[in-house]
Amino acid sequence: MSGTPNQTPGSQKRVRVTSPRVGPRRGPVRPAATEIDEQTRLGELYITTLIRAQWRLSMSVLASATMMVGGLPLLFLLVPATRTLDIGPIPLPWLILGVLIYPAIWLAGHYYVRQSEQIEREFTELVSRR
Amino acid sequence: MSTSFGITAIAAVCVVTLTIGALGFRLSRTTSDFYVASRMVTPTWNASAIGGEYLSAASFLGVAGLVYALGADMLWLPVGYTVGYLVLLLLVAAPLRRSGAYTIPDFAEVRLESVAIRRLCSFLVLGIGWLYLVPQFKAAGLVLHAVSGAPTWVGNLIVVVVVLINVVGGGMRSITLVQAVQYWIKLTAISVPAFILLSWWMQHGQPTPHVPSIPPGEQWSRPLSGFGGVQHPVYATYSTLLALCFGTMGLPHVLVRFYTNPDGPATRRTTSIVLALLGLFYLFPPLYGAFGRIYLPHLPAGTSPDSVTLLLPTAVIPGVLGQLLSAMLAGGAFAALLSTASGLTICVAGVVDQDLVRSRLRRFTGNDARAVNGFRISAIAAVTVPFWLSLAARNLGLADTVVLAFAIASSTFCPLLVLGIWWRRLSTAGAAAGLVVGGTLASTAVLLTIFGLVHGGWAGALLSQPAAWTLPTTFVVMAGVSLATPRRIPRGTARTMVRLHAPEVLSAHLGEQRP
Repeated sequence: MSGTPNQTPGSQKRVRVTSPRVGPRRGPVRPAATEIDEQTRLGELYITTLIRAQWRLSMSVLASATMMVGGLPLLFLLVPATRTLDIGPIPLPWLILGVLIYPAIWLAGHYYVRQSEQIEREFTELVSRR
Repeated sequence: MSTSFGITAIAAVCVVTLTIGALGFRLSRTTSDFYVASRMVTPTWNASAIGGEYLSAASFLGVAGLVYALGADMLWLPVGYTVGYLVLLLLVAAPLRRSGAYTIPDFAEVRLESVAIRRLCSFLVLGIGWLYLVPQFKAAGLVLHAVSGAPTWVGNLIVVVVVLINVVGGGMRSITLVQAVQYWIKLTAISVPAFILLSWWMQHGQPTPHVPSIPPGEQWSRPLSGFGGVQHPVYATYSTLLALCFGTMGLPHVLVRFYTNPDGPATRRTTSIVLALLGLFYLFPPLYGAFGRIYLPHLPAGTSPDSVTLLLPTAVIPGVLGQLLSAMLAGGAFAALLSTASGLTICVAGVVDQDLVRSRLRRFTGNDARAVNGFRISAIAAVTVPFWLSLAARNLGLADTVVLAFAIASSTFCPLLVLGIWWRRLSTAGAAAGLVVGGTLASTAVLLTIFGLVHGGWAGALLSQPAAWTLPTTFVVMAGVSLATPRRIPRGTARTMVRLHAPEVLSAHLGEQRP
C-alpha cells in the first residue's frame, strides 16, 4: 500500500510549485484501520483478506491433524500387521495412541499459534501504515 | 483399602479446595469479577485451570475402566479428548474471546442479534450442564462408597455442598485458582502411583496381560477386534472420535473458561499449553487399564470396571505403601469430580442468572437486589436439579449420560460456533433450524440407547454413536436454510466479523466499538 487510497485521477491535474503548507495535513491520508472502522468497501476487503488467511491456515493444520489421527484407524484396518506388531513388550498401537500421538498434537497446536500470530502481525503492519 | 487413609485424602482435597476458595473470596466483589475474574489470569494459570476443570472423573477413573473392560480401541478416548482442544484452538478460540461474550448464549446474541436464538442456546446449555453434573455427583458417591462403605448419597451431598460454598462464596476468581491447583493435584495423584507400579512391574519380571479370546478373534490388546462385544468397531471408532473432537468445543463449561484470557493471542497460547498439560495427564490412565489386566484379571463380583484404578495399588503392593497409593488415587478422583462440578455449576448458574433470574429478581425487589445475589440464587438452582436426579435416576449409567451430553454439544453448538465465526451468510433462521434439528436428533438417538430400546446391529451402532451422522446433518441444515433465507442474515454481520477477527492492537484505530 504505497499510494493513498483516496487519490482520484482528478487530484493529479494540478501540480503545486509553492512551499508546503504548515498546519494540518491537506487531503485525507488515512490508515487502512480507519477504512475498516468506517466499513468502507476497502475496509471490508482488508478484513476479508485476514479472515481468508486465517481460515486457510486453520484448514491446513486441521487437514494434517485429520490425516494423522483419522488415518490411524484406517492404517490398522488396511494393514492388519500393524495391529499385532510389538515394540519390545509394548504393542505398536499402544505405543502410538498411548504416547507418541500427544507430542504430535502439541506440535500441531504450537505451529498454528505461531503462524496465526504472524498473520496478525503482518495484517496490523499493513493497516497501520500511513 | 484402608478406610482412614482414603477418608483423610478426600477430606484433605475438600479442605484445600475450600481454603483456596476462601482466599479468593476477599478479592471478588463485583459481578464481572464473578464471571471472568477480571481477566487478569496468566496463560499458564489459565491453562492449568482449563486442564483442572476438563479432567473429570471420566478421565481419572473412566478411561482406565474402559481400557480395562474393552481393550485397545478405548485408547482413542483420551486422544479424542485432547484433539478436541486442538480443533477448538484452530476453529474458535481467539475469535470467541474477541466476541467479548461470557457464554455461548451471549455469543449467539452478539453474532445473530436474536433473543430467540439466545433463549434456545440457554436451554441447551442448561440441558448439557445438568446432564454432565449428574454423573459427577454420582461418581462422588461411588468413590466415597469404595473408600469407606458409606451410602452413595453421602458422597453426592458432600460434593454439592463443597461446590456451592466455593461458587456462591468466591465466584470464578477463586474457581480459577482452585481449578489450576486441582490440575496439579490430579497429575501428582495419578502419576506417582503409576511410576511406583511401573517400577514394581519392571522389578518383578515384566509380566504381560493374558486375556482369553472368547470368542476367538476378539483380542483385548489389539485395535478393531471388537473385544467385549463392540459392534462395528471401525464405525464406532470414527464416530466416537468425531463426537469428542467436535463436541469439546461445544461443551458450555469449556468455553466459559476462555473468557478469562485478556485477548485473542493469549487465548491461543493458553490453549496450546492446555494441549501439553492434557497430553501429559493422559499418558497415565491407560497404564492402569493394562496393569489391571495383569494384576487384577478378575474383579470382585459387583465391582464396576471404573474402580480398577482405585483397587490396583492394594492388589499389587502389599502393606501400607499400597494403601497410601490407593488413598492418593481416591483423593485425586475426588479432586477431578470436584473441579468439573464447580466449573459446570458456574456455567449453568451464569446462564440461569442472566436469562431467567435477574430480570425477575429486579421485578420483585424493585432494583434493590444486587446482581451478585441473582448469581448466588442461580447457583443453588443449578445444583439442586442434578442432585435430585443423581439420587432418583439410579439406573442411568454414568458413561451413557456423558455420551448424551457430548453428542448434543457436538451436534448443536459446534456448527453454530464454526459457521458463526467463519461464514458471513449464516442467517437467524438457519441457526435456529440447525440447533433444533441437531439437538432433537442427537438426544433422541442417545435416549433410545440409554433406555435400551434398540439392540445390536447397525441400528444399535448408529444410535449409540450418533455423532457421525447428526453432526454433518446439523451443518447441512444450518447452511442450507441460511442459503434459502438470505434476508434473515443479521444486519450487523460485517461489523461483528471485524470484531471477531481483527487483532486487538488495532483497537486504538478502531475507536470505541470494542467493549
